[in-house]
Amino acid sequence: MTDRIGKIKAISGNLIDVEFQGSIRQNEVGHVVVGKERFKAEVIRIRGRNASMQVFESTKGLKIDDLIEFSNELLSVNLGPGLLSKIYDGLQNPLPDLAEQCGFFLPRGVSLNALDAEAEWNFTATVSPGDIVSAGFYLGFVPEGIFKHQIMVPFNFTDSYTVESVAANGNYKINDTIATIKDSQGQILKITMSFEWPVKLPINVYRQKLAPKETLVTKVRIIDTFYPIAKGGTYCIPGPFGAGKTVLQQITSKHAEVDIVIVAACGERAGEVVETLRTFPELTDPRTGKPLMERTIIICNTSSMPVAAREASVYTAATLGEYYRQMGLNVLLLADSTSRWAQAMREVSGRLEEIPGEEAFPAYLESRIAQFYERAGLIELPNGEKGSLTIGGTVSPAGGNFEEPVTQATLKVVGAFLGLSRERSNARKFPSIDPLESWSKYKSFIPDNKISRAREILFKSNEVDQMMKVVGQEGTSISDFIVYLKGEFLDSVYLQQNGFDEVDAVTLPQRQEYVFEQVFTVLTGEFSFTEKETARKYFYELRQLFIDWNYSKWESPEFKAQEDKIKAMLKEKIKQDN
Amino acid sequence: MKKIYNKILSIVGNVITVKASGVSYEELAEITTARGKSLAQVIKLEGDIVSLQVFAGSRGISTDDEVRFLGHPMRVAFSDKMLGRIFDGSGAPRDKGPAITDNLVTIGGSAVNPVKRIIPERMIRTNIPMIDLFNSLVVSQKLPIFSVSGEPYNELLARIALQAEVDMIILGGIGLKYDEYLYFKEELERGGALSRSIFFMHTASDPVVEGLMVPDLSLAVAEQFALQGKDVLVLLTDMTNFAYAMKEIAITMEQVPSNRGYPGDLYSQLAARYEKAVDFDSAGSITILAVTNMPGDDVTHPVPDNTGYITEGQFYLRNGRIEPFGSLSRLKQQVNDKTRKDHRAIMDGLIQLYSQYRETEEKRAMGFRMSPWDDKLLKFGGLFESTMMDLSVNIALEEALDRGWQILADCFSPEETSFRSDLVKEFWPKTKTADISGKDDSPTKENNLKKDKITDKKKSN
Repeated sequence: MTDRIGKIKAISGNLIDVEFQGSIRQNEVGHVVVGKERFKAEVIRIRGRNASMQVFESTKGLKIDDLIEFSNELLSVNLGPGLLSKIYDGLQNPLPDLAEQCGFFLPRGVSLNALDAEAEWNFTATVSPGDIVSAGFYLGFVPEGIFKHQIMVPFNFTDSYTVESVAANGNYKINDTIATIKDSQGQILKITMSFEWPVKLPINVYRQKLAPKETLVTKVRIIDTFYPIAKGGTYCIPGPFGAGKTVLQQITSKHAEVDIVIVAACGERAGEVVETLRTFPELTDPRTGKPLMERTIIICNTSSMPVAAREASVYTAATLGEYYRQMGLNVLLLADSTSRWAQAMREVSGRLEEIPGEEAFPAYLESRIAQFYERAGLIELPNGEKGSLTIGGTVSPAGGNFEEPVTQATLKVVGAFLGLSRERSNARKFPSIDPLESWSKYKSFIPDNKISRAREILFKSNEVDQMMKVVGQEGTSISDFIVYLKGEFLDSVYLQQNGFDEVDAVTLPQRQEYVFEQVFTVLTGEFSFTEKETARKYFYELRQLFIDWNYSKWESPEFKAQEDKIKAMLKEKIKQDN
Repeated sequence: MKKIYNKILSIVGNVITVKASGVSYEELAEITTARGKSLAQVIKLEGDIVSLQVFAGSRGISTDDEVRFLGHPMRVAFSDKMLGRIFDGSGAPRDKGPAITDNLVTIGGSAVNPVKRIIPERMIRTNIPMIDLFNSLVVSQKLPIFSVSGEPYNELLARIALQAEVDMIILGGIGLKYDEYLYFKEELERGGALSRSIFFMHTASDPVVEGLMVPDLSLAVAEQFALQGKDVLVLLTDMTNFAYAMKEIAITMEQVPSNRGYPGDLYSQLAARYEKAVDFDSAGSITILAVTNMPGDDVTHPVPDNTGYITEGQFYLRNGRIEPFGSLSRLKQQVNDKTRKDHRAIMDGLIQLYSQYRETEEKRAMGFRMSPWDDKLLKFGGLFESTMMDLSVNIALEEALDRGWQILADCFSPEETSFRSDLVKEFWPKTKTADISGKDDSPTKENNLKKDKITDKKKSN
């Protein structure tokens, strides 16, 4: 044990060079020991007897020849019941507990248990002695909020095992033994309710990965109808600052139809996380009637927290997501923002004096991004059930230019691209997802042919709009002008949605189908106008009716009344030739 | 106690290296030169070679000058005695007063635990409609003013400082021109705010490295006052100079640059400062307003670009007006539902129409014939610019909302504006303003107003 130590030889920013004795592992965790304080650090490069380590804390006050103790373990998280509703930093330190111990500021060198060792969980066994199990098999469950939290054979158990004994149903703490199992060599192993898993390794105890097909309903019209996300799929939201990335993520985290949401606030503003962590306990999940927080985990490593922990935070979030996926749940991981994570890589790479790639990002940027998104997926579990992990990452491109390396690397690997545009957000058109640029490889619940027809009109309308800027309104034919009005109409009554209105913010799939049908009637209808101004006036009135319709509660009397008004108005003008 | 070293190995830019042992990272040292004493900070340790950035600059440093390590990082005093005082970028008095060394605190301390923050919900009224109505300023917000040279950003900053209801003001000047420094001093004195202000002033003629310390000094002091329950407004001008100083040191240290020579950790460095803005659970708050000069009016320049991703919105100051497009207060949603129920609707509605006006204005400039709808938009745009956007307008929020409805009623019929019918019923003015002049003379009217701005401002004060 004593030979796994080292001494600091150089310090620059959060990077230290360490001369070590004995043998060490790549990505191993070590601690800088200064008096009673222990600062966590990770080995990121080994050269001869020298290791470069990134320190997960501020290096202020460290000295040459300070001692390092290596742990022989990779950076890991603790998995077990009690993760839900927790607020962690990037290294899985529970932030509320830290606040209780250390007050207003985040102390250096303090790390606390991620899971409450004293809490008792009511265990119900689902195996009996003699059963054959392997990694990821369920041994029993405990209730955690509304879910059955499955107690599984740890994922790093690679053998096939025979259950020797199982604890009687009753209350246990996470470190109590709840089962013993025997491996093929006859060795008996104890199993508790929690175990560790290294964050940078994907959990891979499933039969196979399946293609994501089912729509993940977000209740945002432009996403669900036009650019849908699939359960187990991936998507990215690039956009310049101020275009509404974070608001969109927050809306999704509240309303998306999934079991568990993991919010990874990675290198972004603390204020945004505060909003989530202060409001979620008070919001109720419409599907369960319980506080939203009970299905949420927040990983919070904001921009002023140490940069190395920021890099770790997205992996921590992905690992927790994969863990719950193993229980057959649908998990949504929202990472905001992956650019900050990429920048953290760039900072470390710069300090290591690696040869820089494009915009000084390291050459391995693309593969790291691909590996991260590949952790999403719909999987078939060892017991034949299915679980999914969907990953949605925001990208904050420098200067709002999508040509930059992080956006480009992300676009290659995701299944849907929801590009936000500054023009739309400047014109207060929210959500500011660009309907012309965005795309999705997944299927919506609304038939494809109708969607593509609507998109055609949108494109055509945009063309007419561009043309009108050159030739003016008088140079545009009435039929083109109507197409233009139709596109504008679709945009303002369907694509735009008021995220701050209780009713409009949440459009259920059946309502989307219903309303889209009406919108579609307008889009495909033939109108008999001869004057552009009367056409404009008619469409503006129609728009007003639809907007008020959006604000009325689904299937309420007002909803019906408004619908009748709309139908009457359409009857007036649409030619009934078929 | 501490050893003194008098063999300087290298002097490159403002960075010197010495051979020393037992030195800790970011420790301070004092260098005694023929010109006097200067502080320096450890920025890199490699074996027994210590690199230090010298606050007063390296000019005139001799290879046998004395370097004495002080055994502590950069600290700043914190006491009520500092109110009304002016300090420089190393924390020494700049006025004639005595040095203050009470309650020394280390600058650039740990980040605030997010769970000890509360959701900001107190609006700071400024009586500038483009802020109060369209992008409300909120306690604990961090907001930059994106601008270019020649714009009245320091005037705007001073006006907000005087009109905002806060307990104290800390002004950090980085690379300020000397007359700008005097302007702030006089303006705050005239408004009677000097006795609740603390200045950390680094002017353009001071050594560059000293400017690097100004944000940290200002924010460390602000943090201590906030912990005592005070609402502190920190004004920083200009943060682009701060980034320049950082770039200079990074390049001297031969770091791999990421974008236009700026170091790869620009984002983290800026964030570490801006994130000090906070509303503490059961204590005071820090609100940060910072000027960011956009070199070449380019918002994609690394400094404004990174800043925009960190801060909670931004104000664009252009042509003497706060631009409605691009300007954004991310926290406005926290407060603008508690003011008046038409606040949000007016905010969005006016901007949507103004954006259509801009398009029409473009078409008009290209000589297209204007449709009746275009004429309406032109009339609207002219009114909006002269009675809302102009910086000289100094009215309370409620008055600004009423004015918004009046402008709409003067130009449109309700269904042309896509407002919700219930709001229209309640707020749509019954009468039009009689003497609104037509679209044709709106541009000239606007010019006249610009000329009159200075006199107007005096009137409103």
